[in-house]
Amino acid sequence: MANPLFARRGFSVKRIPGFTTMALVTYVILYAPILLLIVYSFNNGTSLAVWEGISFRWYEQAWNNQAVQEAAIRSLVVATIAATIASTAATMAALATTRKKPFRGMMGVYALINQPLMVPESVTAVGLLIFFAIIKVATGYTGLVYLIIAHTAFCIPFAYLPIRARLESMDLSLETAAADLYATPWVAFKRVTLPLLWPGIIAGLMLAFVISLDDVVITEFVKSAGQETLPTYMLGQLRRTVTPEVNAISTVLLDAGVILVSFFFMLNRKGR
Amino acid sequence: MAQAEAVSAPHLTDIHSGALAGEEARKQDIRSRWLLSLPAILLITFASAGPLLIVLLYSFLTPGDYGNVVWKFSTEGWVSVVIQRDIFDDTLQLADAHLSIFWRSLKLSMITTLSTLVFGIPTAYFIATRPGRKRDLWLFLITIPFWTNLLVRTIAVMELIRAEGVVNNVLRWTGVIDQPIQMMFTDFAIALGMTYVYLPLMVLPVYASIEKLDFRLVEAGYDLYANRWRCFWRVILPLVKPGVIAGSILVFIPSLGAYVTPRVLGGGKNLMFGNLIELQFGQGRDWPLGAALAITLMVLVMIALIYYVRVSGGNRNQHG
Repeated sequence: MANPLFARRGFSVKRIPGFTTMALVTYVILYAPILLLIVYSFNNGTSLAVWEGISFRWYEQAWNNQAVQEAAIRSLVVATIAATIASTAATMAALATTRKKPFRGMMGVYALINQPLMVPESVTAVGLLIFFAIIKVATGYTGLVYLIIAHTAFCIPFAYLPIRARLESMDLSLETAAADLYATPWVAFKRVTLPLLWPGIIAGLMLAFVISLDDVVITEFVKSAGQETLPTYMLGQLRRTVTPEVNAISTVLLDAGVILVSFFFMLNRKGR
Repeated sequence: MAQAEAVSAPHLTDIHSGALAGEEARKQDIRSRWLLSLPAILLITFASAGPLLIVLLYSFLTPGDYGNVVWKFSTEGWVSVVIQRDIFDDTLQLADAHLSIFWRSLKLSMITTLSTLVFGIPTAYFIATRPGRKRDLWLFLITIPFWTNLLVRTIAVMELIRAEGVVNNVLRWTGVIDQPIQMMFTDFAIALGMTYVYLPLMVLPVYASIEKLDFRLVEAGYDLYANRWRCFWRVILPLVKPGVIAGSILVFIPSLGAYVTPRVLGGGKNLMFGNLIELQFGQGRDWPLGAALAITLMVLVMIALIYYVRVSGGNRNQHG
């Protein structure tokens, strides 16, 4: 106790001077630009620099813009289908790769599932551009399926993550008990495993949905002419300035993301 | 489904044939687990891992006149990554334009990593030292920007720094400057934007490390007459090193391959690696060069990942 620091009142070993200030500054830096963007989306004026009162005119304009409508619907269609397929595939893979003795080649499966996270998006995007160009020439089909398949693939590792975590926190004894009570494997799965696993699957589905909805790079490379999604449409609109309309769309995307992520957190917490 | 099969199988067999049936059941279990993994394996092979091999193949072909390729072997794509052929007299020289883009990518990725460290470590430390409930809230506030659209966050930075943006307006209004400062379309803008969008990637792993920190060791440091800063540098930082390395890798890798942020904030002149690749498939019409550049980027990222695995693996061994 000879250390003079201990003599002072309220000494805590955890305190480091300046760190709290620095952390609070970081939070301000993280949120200030987003909040400004939201505020400006309600600006009545055409110029972003001057505040001319609250209005919803940019939301209205975005809503009535046919290009925006089409892009929004396309985004939702791609994200819904991709997230559904991805979380189904991820659930099956998670059931096969967790809780039991590893089989030979399982590490390979695990590595493959996480592969999209290891390679920069721009590289995967180039691969898909070339590969799909070959198929497009060969088949003549240029529909939305290419985008959906590409999105499904990179969504799988994101869906796999929470599903696997959920499975690992469940033990096998309930399923063993079901089997002891002469439940067939299918009944045991449907009545025991699946109900316990649902929160994980929903969480995986939502993560996959958000990831698909946000994607720019792979979509930009894979899309055929006229297949803009909301993010690629916005990217195309950015020239020298940001139009208030883009601000309005940004705000909507932002809100959708925040709602989904909050929901995801609540699910995860309940699961514990 | 598969689990229940394996568990129930031994119950159905009598003792004499148990071993044999067990072997059979095990085989069937493995077969069904492969079958379950199959959709994920096929999808990722088809639309993520497999196309990378095609990129490698295309990097050795000849560019077509209007994009795409001619099926003729050529190493020109790889040569053009670093060497330029003069269009008039065919002399070879270093491709300065490419080298400066590589250098910019490396430089900006390092600056981004460093500045996310400067903001990220104190923030992670702050969160980890909050009491339970509050800690969850602060952590949640970091994860929200992490999951919100990267393009939207980049646009938010653009709003802040462009000529009629918030920063310039405030500075002009307070009389600090007369003319707006040109911040858009500079390397500074890219570094700022990447720091902003990748900051949560630094905070999360560093936080995970600090949360596990045994503060009795810090206390021991104080008992041995270390001051706060000495305790931080000599006790805390070495103990949370795995998290700091993980965070640095998580920030460095996407920065190196960044496409959206440099395109929006850097404009057409301040290209980074990802934009240079895209250029070859757009206006450049040199697919083999673009493919070779993409493979180069992938190899650089792999090197960073292997380095990370080595360092973090080595750390684990040290602590038993």
